[in-house]
Amino acid sequence: MIINAENIKYDDLNTAIRNAKGNIELLNVCGQRFIASGMQDKRIIINGIPGNALGAYLNGGKINVKGNAQDAVGDTMNAGEIIIHGNIGDAAGYAMRGGSIFVKGNAGYRTGIHMKAYKEKVPLIVIGGTAGSFLGEYQAGGVIVVFGLNKKYKKIVSNFPGTGMHGGKMILRSNCKDIIFPKQVSVNPATTEELEEIKKIAEKYCDFFDEDINIIMNSPFTIITPNSNNPYKQLYVTN
Amino acid sequence: MDVNYIYPEFEIIRNMDRCISCRLCEKQCANEAHLFDAERKIMISDETKCVNCQRCVSFCPTRALKIVKSDCTLKENANWQNDTIREIYKQANSGGVLLSSMGTPKPLPVYWDRILLNASQVTNPPIDPLREPMETKVFLGKKPDSINRDKTGKIICTLPPQIELSMPLMFSAMSYGSISYNAHESLARAASKLGILYNTGEGGLHEDFYKYGANTIVQVASGRFGVHEDYLSSGAAIEIKMGQGAKPGIGGHLPGAKIVGDVSKTRMIPEGSDAISPAPHHDIYSIEDLRQLVFSLKEATQYKKPVIVKVAAVHNIAAIASGIARSGADIIAIDGYRGGTGAAPTRIRDNVGIPIELALAAVDSRLREEGIRNNVSLVVGGSIRSAADVVKAIALGADSCYIATAALLALGCHLCRTCQSGKCNWGIATQRADLVKRLNPDIGAKRLFNLMTAWQHEIKEIMGGMGINSIEALRGNRLMLRGVGLTSKELEILGIAHAGE
Repeated sequence: MIINAENIKYDDLNTAIRNAKGNIELLNVCGQRFIASGMQDKRIIINGIPGNALGAYLNGGKINVKGNAQDAVGDTMNAGEIIIHGNIGDAAGYAMRGGSIFVKGNAGYRTGIHMKAYKEKVPLIVIGGTAGSFLGEYQAGGVIVVFGLNKKYKKIVSNFPGTGMHGGKMILRSNCKDIIFPKQVSVNPATTEELEEIKKIAEKYCDFFDEDINIIMNSPFTIITPNSNNPYKQLYVTN
Repeated sequence: MDVNYIYPEFEIIRNMDRCISCRLCEKQCANEAHLFDAERKIMISDETKCVNCQRCVSFCPTRALKIVKSDCTLKENANWQNDTIREIYKQANSGGVLLSSMGTPKPLPVYWDRILLNASQVTNPPIDPLREPMETKVFLGKKPDSINRDKTGKIICTLPPQIELSMPLMFSAMSYGSISYNAHESLARAASKLGILYNTGEGGLHEDFYKYGANTIVQVASGRFGVHEDYLSSGAAIEIKMGQGAKPGIGGHLPGAKIVGDVSKTRMIPEGSDAISPAPHHDIYSIEDLRQLVFSLKEATQYKKPVIVKVAAVHNIAAIASGIARSGADIIAIDGYRGGTGAAPTRIRDNVGIPIELALAAVDSRLREEGIRNNVSLVVGGSIRSAADVVKAIALGADSCYIATAALLALGCHLCRTCQSGKCNWGIATQRADLVKRLNPDIGAKRLFNLMTAWQHEIKEIMGGMGINSIEALRGNRLMLRGVGLTSKELEILGIAHAGE
């Protein structure tokens, strides 16, 4: 079903999406916020630029954006898949617990902040380009991957990646010599096993965005994990 | 002598004529302050472990026990008081941030006690609540500015979602994890029976308690623990926690040791992992950002749930509340600095924030001045101790009150202020199965029900005395209040006259 989103307010657009059956294609989306917020089992193709909080609390289904997206993509997402054929803004995947977000291009600040994992739920964020500052801040679980494709002069990730990290894993396609990490994380080159895991993720990325897997894999990878899942244990004295 | 030595704060006095060495005190004390000396066949005490929770005292079958404050003190000094010196020893010893529980014990002014209520005499006579109907029901939520009718004259009902409460009281946020399963069950069952709401706090909602959804506020905090679509849809309202009175500007932090079993499951994070809820929401830097979170929650729940924004009472609370009232939130909850909590840095608890009375008066006045008071309902907490406090809060401008410490007291809390230890002998602030089962939810729910019904009667009685038969007619009715012993500035902020005026 095709919905022309031109001049439609976000609440009316979401009502139309909720009522639509089968695959949904949105045309002329221009900054409407909260698209598919809290929904599940919807398959949506978005033409245009969705506004903030795309797929917030998403609980399943698939969203495919044929362009850029703005801030807070997949906020507190629980399940499902969001694919962005462009760049995204800040705080993507805030407190995300499940599902995956694939971004062809670059991501803004605080990607994957507070990302979690629980039992079979292991969320995944893949950034094809570069990520801004505070990548994986307070990360408590899940996997964040940054490929740094077409980064030219930019660093693969800007300042303070993994601040407050206490769970999960970050994978950066770089030797990370130019990156300063906080004390509470361990920084190691990827093992053979981890490279296998990366390859599977890269294959999916290439599938979505038609990139060359050989180019992606032909690079060193660095794995960032926290030293402790109780970073603040020694801070207090009972009064 | 060890420079760090701190003489125990309490003494366990055991009347040996009465003690029958039944060892019940030993079994009851999770802190292990009571020991049995097998050789001498008598009970002995280790005062260093006593937190003065009164559990042993309450259970001693021969009333052989009492706990008294030790009179072993350092030389008296009005400037360097005993507590201050002890705190310095503790910090010099450990290098740690001082961590306390429950509300501040400091003797800061309680304005409720400086405000007196009016009663009718001669004209406008009092009403007897036993004889005449008295309405304590309130509706929380955004109220429309006007009534719209269709062509046939019928009212077009587009009323935003409302919370209906049988009385202007709710149990405020205490997470599962900070308090026990049985404590949550007691609160949930009492709220259902009373027709009021309780609040999950930020630890998610246990699967067993979804059935109390109609009487549940589900909270969303910066850590988003246990927040998912079913959770948001299951409650009667959603509360965004921006701050809390006991520790404004400070986040939550449940240590990994407490993330076990069902607590881990309900928060949806792995066992043993710290649950860190940072002070800020990292996606909120402005009222516009707050508006975005409010509306993302409304979209996710199809505008069926009122959204509450909870903030701590701080210096610019009136301006903050004015912003929140324009953010799309339906209800503002303000938590004063005397509010309790499971654990807060001592310095924050005792020094940050402002009293709820002043905050409430300032916010209500500001919203009225700006003509946006009906955009939101106001809920206040932060040490509401009695029905009289509730009536005074309503008259100052609140729509409803939040209580937590009073509810915990009803469940058996003795305010020993050591919640952070996780060894609550009353089965409230603990996850230890043997301690949790000490709190029977049947009895807990009953005691909460009793307390709230008693308060409701008292509210009716006080209202009746004022000649008011509906709580709605009391709201913001500051003419019913008079201050005693307050400065002109305090009276000006509270918007009340002095007694005798």
